[in-house]
Amino acid sequence: MGMTISQKILAKKSGKEFVTPGEIILADVDLAFANDVTAPIAIKFIEELGVDLFNEDKVALIPDHFTPNKDIKSANQCKIMRDFVKKVNLDNYWETGEVGIEHALLPEQGYIKPGMLIVGADSHTCTHGALGAFACGMGSTDLGFAFATGKSWFRVPESIKFIYSGKRNRWVGGKDLILYTIGKIGVAGALYKSMEFTGDTISLLPVEDRLTMCNMAIEAGGKNGIIAADDIAFEYLRNHNVKDGDWDVLLSDEDAEYSDIIEIDTSNIEPQVAFPHLPENSKGLSEIKEDIKIDQAFIGSCTNGRISDLRVAAEVLKGKKVAKYVRLIIIPATVDIYKQALSEGLFDIFLSAGAAISTPTCGPCLGGYMGVLADNEVAISSSNRNFVGRMGSPKSFVYLANPAVVAASAIAGKIAGPDEVML
Amino acid sequence: MKLRGKVWIFGDNIDTDVIIPARYLNTSDESELAKHCMEDVDPEFTHKITKGDIIVAGYNFGSGSSREHAPIAIKASGISCVIAKSFARIFYRSSFNMGLPIFESEDAVNGIKEGDEIEVDADTGTIKNIISGAIYHSNPIPEFMQELIAAGGLFNYAKKIIKS
Ligand code: SF4
Repeated sequence: MGMTISQKILAKKSGKEFVTPGEIILADVDLAFANDVTAPIAIKFIEELGVDLFNEDKVALIPDHFTPNKDIKSANQCKIMRDFVKKVNLDNYWETGEVGIEHALLPEQGYIKPGMLIVGADSHTCTHGALGAFACGMGSTDLGFAFATGKSWFRVPESIKFIYSGKRNRWVGGKDLILYTIGKIGVAGALYKSMEFTGDTISLLPVEDRLTMCNMAIEAGGKNGIIAADDIAFEYLRNHNVKDGDWDVLLSDEDAEYSDIIEIDTSNIEPQVAFPHLPENSKGLSEIKEDIKIDQAFIGSCTNGRISDLRVAAEVLKGKKVAKYVRLIIIPATVDIYKQALSEGLFDIFLSAGAAISTPTCGPCLGGYMGVLADNEVAISSSNRNFVGRMGSPKSFVYLANPAVVAASAIAGKIAGPDEVML
Repeated sequence: MKLRGKVWIFGDNIDTDVIIPARYLNTSDESELAKHCMEDVDPEFTHKITKGDIIVAGYNFGSGSSREHAPIAIKASGISCVIAKSFARIFYRSSFNMGLPIFESEDAVNGIKEGDEIEVDADTGTIKNIISGAIYHSNPIPEFMQELIAAGGLFNYAKKIIKS
């Protein structure tokens, strides 16, 4: 019996020849990170134990959720983090002005490599599986343990293999593939499990779209999302601070065991919109018959705040104006993305269209700040969750879509596809 | 590690609000939490059980909030372990992290009745019904995890392995 990539990484890191789904293992982690919301408890764990970090090079602290500090409470949380960073002289820390959203920043800065075992005190840690790593979110106490010992325990997950084949339609990106998939299997469709994305559509898919897909594995209940590293991934790594060949490429065996194999014909997928209040409520644009007026449109987050997302938004927004009474908020996920967008002239397009642009932060994605929704307001967002109250008032409504659809909707003042506004 | 006790049966989707109602979350004192364990499904629960007894439940045990108070309340009430058809993911991690052993086994849950006396062998994952003689299988708990449970949870285990 063979193993999946996820099994192989977990076996290797726990010093075993073979691991079976359901088995509990203790494994060495290659990277452990937390953000301004989750780090304080993990830091307390370390300080109460009175020990040092297991390895400073393998720990990262990223203040991205409520920074620049949104209020006194979040300022104090960040201070706990900063004081600790100063005390231990941690390199892998980014201050406001350099920081980006953790799941966009880490791959971009070369922290993620194929074959790594990564734990993060944030549910969207699964993003990093896009580069052939096993990455999984857990609690702050778990992270404290990893910070102190360099180890974490895992229940080896079963894997579901998703095979995407066929050509992608115009305006269809990783976001649409994953929303469609979650719509098909439901928000608990991959509970506990590893979601392995394969097929000829995936082998042609750019890394940024792969990151978007793995990012939302958690929205189907998955433990991790993973895509085998290939030439497209290697090219991305070389361009993002990773030394050529400094990675461990593991592939699933032919006879690996999957709890399910799901085949998806990509050519049938059109841009998707997930209706309130669950990511599984996804529909193709053409299935939406009613007019859905919007108050706010948001392009950003760890799901779709990367340069390719901003480029596609600019393509739609070029020479257009945001509809009256609609707020379009655009937040590049990292400082490098911000600079790149600026130098490509994308900001001119955004500002001329009437969008507001902010420094990198999670901000509105979790209803933190920078665009909180009022009662009965409707938003369309490029982020990953549309739960009740996720972006503000418990009486507001969030629709999820790709950045092109969000941009088009901002222009139309109602949910619309790019082709409707780009006549 | 062998765990032996009388069985208390619960159904599917026992959530963390039932295990320890939110109104008691203003304390993290274990003995206080223990007093209210399972109160909203069975107000007499904590008076009926004896130390070492075992909870046997259906699917998705521990769903709902991520409160670590839930496994703490169960453990502090004297329950030695929980066997369920499946556990909610966060509860699964938190249980071990708080030092409460848990086992997944559909067959065991289907075959065991309230009041049965059972013995669970953590080394092999074998669950034995002392009354009927039936044997069921679950995943064994590996040695490091048994040490973690014996240490009383993740924090104490970290202390232990850092010293060694
Ligand atoms: S952008 Fe949203 S989903 Fe991503 S890490 Fe920040 S809050 Fe979480």
